[in-house]
Amino acid sequence: MTKQFRLFYKATIILLAILAAMLIGSVILLTIGANVFRTYTVILFEPLKTTLQLSEVLLRAIPLTIIALGISVAYRSGIINIGAEGQMLMGILGTTAVALSFPELPKVVLLPMAVIAGGIAGGAYGFIPGILKAKLHVSELLSTVMLNYIAAQFYTFMLRGPMLDPAEKISGTGTPQSMRLTRSIWLDRFLPGTRLHTGIFFALFLALLIYLLLWKTSYGYKMRAAGASSRAARYGGINVTWYLVIAMVISGMFAGMAGAVEIAGVHRRAIEGMTSGYGFSGIVVALFGGLHPAGIVPASFFFGLLIIGADMTQRLVGVPANMVNVLQGIIILVIVSTKMILADPYLMENMWRKYQSLTKKTKEVEA
Amino acid sequence: MELTYPKITSLRMEHITKRFPGVLASDDINLSVKEGEVLALVGENGAGKTTLMNILMGLYQPDEGRILINNQEVRFKSPNDAFAAGLGMVHQQYMLVPNMTVLENIALGFKQAWSAFKLDLSMVRDRIAEVSKKYGLFVDPDAYIWQLSVGEQQRVELVKTLCLGARFLILDEPTSALTPQETDELIILLKKMSSELSIIFISHKLQEVKDLSDKIVILRHGAVVFEGNTHEHSPSDIAALMTGHEVELPLNEEPPCEGETALDIKNINVKSDRGFLALKGLNLTIRSGEIVGLAGVSGNGQRELAEAINGLRKVESGEILFFGENIANRSPQYVIESGMGYIPEERNTEGIVPAFTLKENLILKDTERKEFSNHSFLKNKSIEQNANDLRVKFDIRSPNINVAAGSLSGGNIQKVILARELSRNPKFLIAVYPIRGLDLGAAEFIHKQLLEKRREGIGILLISEELDEILDLSDRVAVIFKGQIQKVLERKDANRRSLGILMAGVKDDQAI
Repeated sequence: MTKQFRLFYKATIILLAILAAMLIGSVILLTIGANVFRTYTVILFEPLKTTLQLSEVLLRAIPLTIIALGISVAYRSGIINIGAEGQMLMGILGTTAVALSFPELPKVVLLPMAVIAGGIAGGAYGFIPGILKAKLHVSELLSTVMLNYIAAQFYTFMLRGPMLDPAEKISGTGTPQSMRLTRSIWLDRFLPGTRLHTGIFFALFLALLIYLLLWKTSYGYKMRAAGASSRAARYGGINVTWYLVIAMVISGMFAGMAGAVEIAGVHRRAIEGMTSGYGFSGIVVALFGGLHPAGIVPASFFFGLLIIGADMTQRLVGVPANMVNVLQGIIILVIVSTKMILADPYLMENMWRKYQSLTKKTKEVEA
Repeated sequence: MELTYPKITSLRMEHITKRFPGVLASDDINLSVKEGEVLALVGENGAGKTTLMNILMGLYQPDEGRILINNQEVRFKSPNDAFAAGLGMVHQQYMLVPNMTVLENIALGFKQAWSAFKLDLSMVRDRIAEVSKKYGLFVDPDAYIWQLSVGEQQRVELVKTLCLGARFLILDEPTSALTPQETDELIILLKKMSSELSIIFISHKLQEVKDLSDKIVILRHGAVVFEGNTHEHSPSDIAALMTGHEVELPLNEEPPCEGETALDIKNINVKSDRGFLALKGLNLTIRSGEIVGLAGVSGNGQRELAEAINGLRKVESGEILFFGENIANRSPQYVIESGMGYIPEERNTEGIVPAFTLKENLILKDTERKEFSNHSFLKNKSIEQNANDLRVKFDIRSPNINVAAGSLSGGNIQKVILARELSRNPKFLIAVYPIRGLDLGAAEFIHKQLLEKRREGIGILLISEELDEILDLSDRVAVIFKGQIQKVLERKDANRRSLGILMAGVKDDQAI
């Protein structure tokens, strides 16, 4: 079987799956009386038509990529991180704290410091479920979800209390937000007229880093071994619990850094609702991207597209943006189901033989 | 109520071909079974026996070929079609619900007893009684499955299959999980049953093939290499046909070797998973260059001993001296680095990472070695080189070095583990049930490798239930019973009888 055929086969199946998902989605769209074809074209193509809209898609893809990379590390190591949402909030707080504390530092010092602070805050928050799982066998599903609640309340408390913008106190409006962060922490917006910032390169760099870590180093090997079969990993002398904690810390760090990039690149101050559910969408992106950086990057783009497309359908076609969430859900379900088909080597072999006999025939015809 | 079905007077499979990714699992196979015949289907692991039977049962569709019952072509789209035609298969793994009774388990598949709101259990009970009487298969319908021994569970499977109307039995390695006594009982039973119905049974234990079958079909690499009447051929002929060459399990015939003390286990106590002491003050000494066989019925502390030595289980008290250094309660990594090689009991889940490729599995313990990584970056070239070398040297049969190790057959997985452990040049080796479930060819290979290592001066602790394996290879034999060493015998004093008595817990065999 040739490599090209393998790729072609997988791409075809994924394409068919997306088509199937869209077909199911169209039933739902029909029930609310929407124009199905128009809705889909708006979601999928409208955002790509202007530079501004495309830049907005990429803007959403940045945090999604970073979070999904972290989640794939955890997943590959055998621990499921549902706590990216909380870890991202902690990252935002960490970055904000550094930016507020050292506003006079030059950019070359402050920016890395702030991003690292975000990473450390998120990583520390990821450490908690990791160590609980390693030492006390606490289910990470339980602990990460609970820690999300705690983080959300802690975040609100910080924005309403210690980090509240002094200007808000004076004016008395009391919008829970921090003061605008110093200019030297801002990520540059390199495309005039858009909000697209240099965080995109950082995200791509992290994708490369994760690829190297997981597949090219002995650490990645051990993490993947621990995730794939903890018993065999332990037998092979790998300290499984240790790598579990490490993976969770890395996962949290990435969510934290996503928060740091989001605040430094887009909002430039901590506000409520800044995570936009990225922490949860990130899980979907990670799985959708096959837990591999090469899949996660395009998957993030696709999800960015859906987010912007949802906005536009609301304006252009009158289909509520929430409907697009429903579509998202359907697509995920279909793709996850498709994984079973993709993993079936027999089917692939069968298709390969059919394909061969087909090409043989056409060759004979040609001859 | 007597359920009657038309008899199956003949079954033929013609030109069956089935391809799997990278393998031709069945290659133009023909076989036929007449009424009341017992056909033994033998061959090495991975020869395609189970695949062929799965095709017959409708679990797989053949790519080419057809199946005829009573000279009429049949097509089985699913196992249900095969059941309906009267074929019944007892798999290697029993498919019973442990917390339900025998009666309930059989009722599960007994469609005649089901109506919309009522399950007619008394009808199932009658049917069980009828089948039990007809075939001399006695089971207690009200016993829970978990209360039954493996042999009894198998009998339940047989009764279940027969109750559902099977007139043609397919048995996939029926004796692989049975004790010797249970095996004998089963053979007698099947012999009796063969007067009523036809049987195909898969096996690679040649003795039972001789005892039970009328006809024999040998598969190798998916093709029939031999077909004939069983009584005309000796077990060694059959073995040679199976593997393609003369098989003689190697013997350890060299004089005992006086090396330094390699492993000195002093008075260790180790707990089992369930919390009781599985090893109670166990003492054992093994020198370099000798093979010590640890005989015993499984469950007497063998697993705990192997795990404790390898740092995988906590040692409550006592010392494990490895070349003079106490390694009790050190990490698995530490024990590995001190030079311990370990072939674990669970080869599919512990000895390899099933999802990892062959080449990845071969460096499971060595990712940090200079040879395979440079500042933690893996050296793909040398990893592949290593895998290619070992694949040839250890005769690992796989399409390439990038296949998932879990997709290999049991014998090949064991060779992967052996290749990894031996190529690391261990100072000592622990082998737990190294040939369990393997065919003769693979067993021969593995035993030769172990003896080779002994010759190189490595001490080996061989844990096994198979007395033949222990007697073939060991310099000394230790018998474990209830977490203690009963006695250590020199090879010349050890025989099946003396070991059997010790394994049963009788310490002084002179008294018997």
